[in-house]
Amino acid sequence: MLTLRCPYCGVLADETELEPGGEAHVRRKASDCGDGEFEAYLFLRENPRGVHFERWRHVNGCGKWFHAARDTVTLEVFGTYPAQTEGPPGEIMETIGARRPGWRWREFS
Amino acid sequence: MRPDAEGASGTVTVETAGPHGMVTVRGDLTSSTLGEVVSEITGIAVPGRGEARFEDAYGILWMAPDELLVFCPYGEVAESVTKMEAGLEGLHVLVADVSDARSVFTVSGAGIRDVLAKLTPADVSPEEFGIGMVRRSRLAQIPAAFWLRDGATVTVICFRSVAGYALDLLSTAATPGSEVRYF
Repeated sequence: MLTLRCPYCGVLADETELEPGGEAHVRRKASDCGDGEFEAYLFLRENPRGVHFERWRHVNGCGKWFHAARDTVTLEVFGTYPAQTEGPPGEIMETIGARRPGWRWREFS
Repeated sequence: MRPDAEGASGTVTVETAGPHGMVTVRGDLTSSTLGEVVSEITGIAVPGRGEARFEDAYGILWMAPDELLVFCPYGEVAESVTKMEAGLEGLHVLVADVSDARSVFTVSGAGIRDVLAKLTPADVSPEEFGIGMVRRSRLAQIPAAFWLRDGATVTVICFRSVAGYALDLLSTAATPGSEVRYF
């Protein structure tokens, strides 16, 4: 069972109190970009075996969206952080670096 | 079972708590104006993260980083909303009377933590859920919030549309003979 600490209300929330929001840090492409780029923005998602970044909504709680970094194999949670960011914060990167040396996820490593 | 009927009793008693005045206030909770206006109505300071503060019929629940639920006597709601709207004019806030959209239950007895734990995934152990804290979570299939009034009384709120379901849930979980005695 996955439990995540909501960074807004500080509650340790069970998976069933949360709503999954898919991959984190997806950047919107403008409509004047190429078809390939737009397709990638709309449909192509990571499906890693290991470190992953996701969006979650604390739906049965404060109702806020937040981000979580976790391992899809072991379900180890590296940390959660507020959604007002374009990338994972430094401390999360350091935690993952210590736990999974050489990790790589999209442009982050 | 009708939502206004009294629930099952046993070692734990489940009761509908009758009408309460409830006002949702959304906005910047760090704003001193908002704090003053809300405190003037209730006589209570704005609670910190995850806190529930009550004094007699008045109270404030911290619902989210930008949301409070203000409790007052049912008969004073309209007046309170008017006062708050006037006091908060010009600020980016929402003041909404939700008294008739929520139901309140009182669950009392020695086994209240066990009753809650049967229905919610929230950690209701004394270490994680103490007096003065509010937890928004779910009871089986419905969203609910609960806070301890004292060590043996917990107040539960949920949407009124699912009040019957909530009362059935709590009553079933409190059925005599089904005590878990974990906490």
